[in-house]
Amino acid sequence: MAVPNAASHLDFVVDPEHPDAEPFYAPSKRNYPQAVKGFYRSIKWAALVATLATYYLLPFVRWNRGPGAPGQAVLLDLADRRFYFFFVEIWPQEAYYVAGLLVLAALVLFMMNALAGRVWCGYLCPQTVWTDLFFAVERRFEGDLHARRAREAKGWTFDRAWRLVAKHATWVLIAWWTGGAWVLYFSDAPTLVRALATLQAPAIAYVWIGILTFTTYALAGHMREQVCVYMCPWPRIQAALTDEWALNVTYRTDRGEPRLSLKKSHAARSRGEPAGDCVDCRQCVAVCPTGVDIRDGLQLGCIQCGLCIDACDAVMSKVGRPARLIAYDTDMNVARRAEGKPALRRLVRPRTILYAVAIAAVGSLMLWRLTTRPGGALAIAHDRNPLSVTLADGSIQNGYSALVINRDAAPRTFDLSASGVPGAKLVVEGAPSDGTRVRIQVPGDDTREVRVLLRAAAPSGAATSVPVTFTVVNETSGETATATDRFETPAAN
Amino acid sequence: MDAKHPVEIDEFTGVATTGHEWDGIKELNNPLPRWWLWTFYASIAFATVYVVLYPAIPLVRGATPGLLGWHSREAVSQDLAALDATRGGEMEKLAATPLAAIESDPKLLSFARDAGRAAFADDCAPCHGAGGQGSIGYPNLNANRWLWGGKVDQIYATIEHGARSGDPKGHQGLMPAFGRDGILDDAKISHVADYVRSLAGFPAAKGADVADGLKVFQANCVVCHGADGKGNVQVGSANLTTKVWLYGPTKEDIVKGVWGGHGGVMPYWSGRLSEPTIRALAVYVHTLGGGQ
Repeated sequence: MAVPNAASHLDFVVDPEHPDAEPFYAPSKRNYPQAVKGFYRSIKWAALVATLATYYLLPFVRWNRGPGAPGQAVLLDLADRRFYFFFVEIWPQEAYYVAGLLVLAALVLFMMNALAGRVWCGYLCPQTVWTDLFFAVERRFEGDLHARRAREAKGWTFDRAWRLVAKHATWVLIAWWTGGAWVLYFSDAPTLVRALATLQAPAIAYVWIGILTFTTYALAGHMREQVCVYMCPWPRIQAALTDEWALNVTYRTDRGEPRLSLKKSHAARSRGEPAGDCVDCRQCVAVCPTGVDIRDGLQLGCIQCGLCIDACDAVMSKVGRPARLIAYDTDMNVARRAEGKPALRRLVRPRTILYAVAIAAVGSLMLWRLTTRPGGALAIAHDRNPLSVTLADGSIQNGYSALVINRDAAPRTFDLSASGVPGAKLVVEGAPSDGTRVRIQVPGDDTREVRVLLRAAAPSGAATSVPVTFTVVNETSGETATATDRFETPAAN
Repeated sequence: MDAKHPVEIDEFTGVATTGHEWDGIKELNNPLPRWWLWTFYASIAFATVYVVLYPAIPLVRGATPGLLGWHSREAVSQDLAALDATRGGEMEKLAATPLAAIESDPKLLSFARDAGRAAFADDCAPCHGAGGQGSIGYPNLNANRWLWGGKVDQIYATIEHGARSGDPKGHQGLMPAFGRDGILDDAKISHVADYVRSLAGFPAAKGADVADGLKVFQANCVVCHGADGKGNVQVGSANLTTKVWLYGPTKEDIVKGVWGGHGGVMPYWSGRLSEPTIRALAVYVHTLGGGQ
């Protein structure tokens, strides 16, 4: 029975009957992917530049909303509880737009997945983009895989030390900028940049920069592919979403196998024995940012960035074999080609139609709601206690809190009226009333809470509770908004 | 561990055991996780510094003061001062604006109602109820009947000085105990109660002697309640002609009041609450629904 030495007790064998079984605990392997050039790498660079430029520069884009309103195109104004996105202004009670956006985002992800697999993971996910950027920094200072291994083999030299320090310093700098850009979405960017630089910004801004500096440095610099493999739920969901038609980065076993080294494959071919195109150079593994072997087939760890396609194509052109031994393909077509049948491609399938219809439905519902939402709104809450008040003359009064909402930039006057209680008199504290109609002035892009009283004749029988509808009419646009509540009358005594 | 108890090495892991065994399960003597150990050491270091700088060790009276001289009560008063400073403008405006003018300024009215609502929940709700709905003996502040006047400055004066509160500036009048003090006999009290109910428009009960009640009323009650029974805010006498009854509208309720008198206490709040807070309360109560 094998007794491992005590020093490395962490990778102990749990089952003494099977000492060679895979240990339950394995320390993570450091993954140093090699640099690669090619078509998909270029796409990745373009995606990196586009997404990072959007993230870092968007807060500085201006959008004129008139005097008094913030001039930032994308702004999450938490203090004033507004979210601005170009021509859209969202109030807190309209958070369902955020839910709609999330639904839309999920459907678009499903759609991408049905068409070309994990496009999001490979090219657009922040984890991928920042990790890619951090890899580039790492290679800039420590060199590519071989140079780095050679330097590490020499032990601790000054050459290795300064490169390491410079790499981590650059990482922290990028991470710090990531946090710095994050807080700009919550306040006027140029003002905040000035305040941050002169140490005049609110403490919470520095705290958030600190938090995002830490998470970016840790996730993109140190955890890298482990985020994708161990932390992210998306790979698990994708496994359930993919189908035989979805394009995925695929090693074409029909062409590649049996894999033999270049020499052996020449020898095999000259003998007339079968030899695959794969020369087993392991370049696809070397360049993989998550360190998987694509030749094992579609797997959880593969983010489908296509870098192995670039690496393999380079090798194929060197050994004089056709490119795209690894390619965006489907397992179904690999099998079909092995059987001598032509490959099948179908973009329009029930599932893509379903996703497209769902995306169109949610998108147009949101757009319709956004373009037709009224400039004003009304919310009514009945007093919890007392439910009704008997006045000196015996008549009954109910009290309500009314919130009148004016989404227009300019001040507006709203006419408030109530219906449902015959002969009821409407009174609003601090606003002129003629008994049935009260004019309430609300400042631009603001709300006004008023106390509304409804008075009706003395009760004549048992206690009643009747529905009452409050209506506000925007005097400028003529739009109306209503809210319903109840009018409570106690039993006559 | 000694010669009698040699260190036992676990066969599979190569780790020493602690020698503890439960039903054949042995406890391994694994080292503490390093991150945990360092956090533990860091906590000890932090605690040492903390004990020197801040109040820490309890003594018979108080605690060791700490080098920084920090005090939690001082910190609270600083926080409160900072809070006051953030409200500064509005509170001062509230104190400077004439009471009647506050309600015609929507922004100031909203601020006063919010401040008033908070103060009401703290100081008034125990008697008047969370919504100012009152109960027997405690006025409903939503109704438009006021013993001491329902204009905003009258409400302000009542909050400021109270009623029968011990404040010499407060309201003093009270309802005498006509029965207990032997001024009226039970029959007269019953008759006057019948008359009072008729004033409020209640139908006369069987055997009611409203005519005698009127005589008793004129002889004893008009001084305070007035010939028409509509009361007088100067002395806090109730208006007997309305449907709002502080002590209940039944004949029994009224007989009880005439026999034993009434004189509930409203505390004075001047000196206990700040001037702007009392003004905010006055505006809040005035706009509850019964203000005049």
